[in-house]
Parts: sequence; C-alpha cells; structure tokens
Amino acid sequence: MILPPAAVVSAFEQMGITHVVWLPDSALGPWESALLGSPRLTLVRVCREGEAWTIAAGLHLGGQQPLVVIQNTGLFESGDALRNVLFDLGLPLYALVGYRNYLVPDSPDTARRYTEPVLAAWGLDTVLIDSAAALPRLIEHYRACQSAGRPGVALAAEGKG
Amino acid sequence: MRDSIPLIPALEVLRDSRCEQIVVTTMGSAREWPRLSQHPLDFHYIPSAMGHAPMLALGLALARPDREVIAFNGDGCMLMSLGCLVTIVASGATNYTLVVLENGVYEVTGGQSTAASAARVDFVALARAAGFPSAAAFDDLDQWRARAAETLALPGPRFILLRVARVADYELTSPGPMGERIKKFRQALAEK
Repeated sequence: MILPPAAVVSAFEQMGITHVVWLPDSALGPWESALLGSPRLTLVRVCREGEAWTIAAGLHLGGQQPLVVIQNTGLFESGDALRNVLFDLGLPLYALVGYRNYLVPDSPDTARRYTEPVLAAWGLDTVLIDSAAALPRLIEHYRACQSAGRPGVALAAEGKG
Repeated sequence: MRDSIPLIPALEVLRDSRCEQIVVTTMGSAREWPRLSQHPLDFHYIPSAMGHAPMLALGLALARPDREVIAFNGDGCMLMSLGCLVTIVASGATNYTLVVLENGVYEVTGGQSTAASAARVDFVALARAAGFPSAAAFDDLDQWRARAAETLALPGPRFILLRVARVADYELTSPGPMGERIKKFRQALAEK
C-alpha cells in the first residue's frame, strides 16, 4: 500500500512538522515530490537511519518539529541512536516507520515479525496507519504524544517489500 | 613517528578563536572542553549515540541557520558514521564546521588502533570527496594557531582535521544530569 502523497503531506503540515528527516523505502519514496513541493516542510536526506534520529534531536533542541521517516529495517539498524535520543536525552521525537509486509498474509519476513515486539520492548507508544482513511489517527496520535511529552511511532502498513 | 599537537593546546586555539558559535563536544573533546570553556552554547553530548555528534550538531545548524555550529568528533567516532560527511553536504547547511581530533586510537576502550590508522586513511580527502568546500589538516600547533581564525571563516560547511597526541589514562565523567543541561542549553539558544 502506498499512502496518497498529497494526503500524507497535508497530514504532516497539520501536525506542524517543520523537517522530515528520511531514508525512504519503496512505499515511502513516492512521497518525495509532494514533500519537496510543500513550502512548510524541509526534507533532510540521510545515508543511514541512525543519522535521522540524531539530526532530529538537534532540530528539536533548536526549536523545530522534526519527523523521522524510515522503514522498519532502518528502525532496527538505528537502535542505538533511538535509545540515546529518546531515553538518554529524553526527547519526545516522533517517527513514521514503514511496516514492510504487514499487509502480506503469513509473510515470513523477519522484519515484519519483530517490528512490534521491538517497539514494545522500547516501551514506545505506537499507532497503526493501514489506509489513507487512518491518516487522522496519525495526527491525533502525534498531538497526544507531543502533549504528553513522550516519543511515538506511527507504523505505516506496507505490502510486499 | 607522525607530528601531532597536544590535545589541550589544540582546543585552546579553538576556544580563543571562537565567537558565538554553538559547540557540540563528545568523547575526548567532552572531557577537555569543559575545563577550557563554560559557554552557555556549549553542549556536551554525553552520553551519546556512538559516532553521531556531527549529526546532532547538524540538526542544530539546520534549526538555527542564523548561528554557526562547531561539532567535535574523534577519528574513531568518525569511522562509525562516515556517511555523515555526505549527509552534511547534502543538507545544504553552510553554518557548520566539523572538527575531527585524530589520534589513531579508541581512547575510551584503552587505546586500541582504529582501522583507519592501519589503513592510513586521509580524512581530509574523504571530506573533499564528499563535497566539503573547505577542508584542512593541521599537525603543528603554531600553524594551527596562525590559521585557525581564517579557517573558521572559510565557506561552509568546513572540515578541520587536527592530528592530536594520544592521552593516557582516559577517563570521561558526566558533566551533570542531561535534563538540566538540555534545559539550560535551550534557554541559552532562545536568549541569544
């Protein structure tokens, strides 16, 4: 599933996001043109997902509202950076994470199998976005996390990755 | 035996050349810089995500394009996230200086050689290849002292390699509770 780029960007704008720090996968990548077309969003490209968390930390310290956008494989890759900025620095950063193969029944993908257990182990507040109709839940969840001063993760359901 | 600059004099030059830049330290620089500077725009990134101090500093530079940001990094830390050189240039931030303190070893774990030391890696060449418009190396204190101010004024982002002497008996103590330090740092940023 590819969420409609214009609807996604509209959601980010309603959330008050200033910077999207990302390393896209094939389901997130099609958002690029829409992200670049938004006058309210700055796109920051990284080489590895750990960079995304620490750039977002610096942006947050500097008074901006960053959003990390990565795939779940990158979530695993970036575990130490996530651990540090969310728990050592205590920053309420938010990420939208592509949930590879979530929509594929009986997928043997280990990235699919371990995503939710890993997020649960981190104790992170999560929400599933499994259709365009669910985008209001993303906005609501983001606002709730920001209001409570806690980090959060939205899982964007994807098909075959 | 290669030439090198004693670490503390190398940092003193930078302290004396500093204007009102944000300074992000980590590892060896985080141990020594607080003894040399108590500026409200110093942010000691301890505990850190290994190798990520340049990225936290880049986020600050992007958040505050009206301010210059200096990021310290060790050569061992640099190796853990070499791609960040590309990310820095790709970001378009020009208000950014990365200072790498190269001593060829992982001080924090007892002084084991880095892979870059064995491979004789040229970090300045890597920075230039990544697209840094300004990149320079110093292994002589007088040269560094004479050129520090002009090097910091070159077009950004800037890459500065300081070949520094190894420090024995490494010990890194916490500069205090992170929550309090973040609060003070953000206050200072808001006021400046």
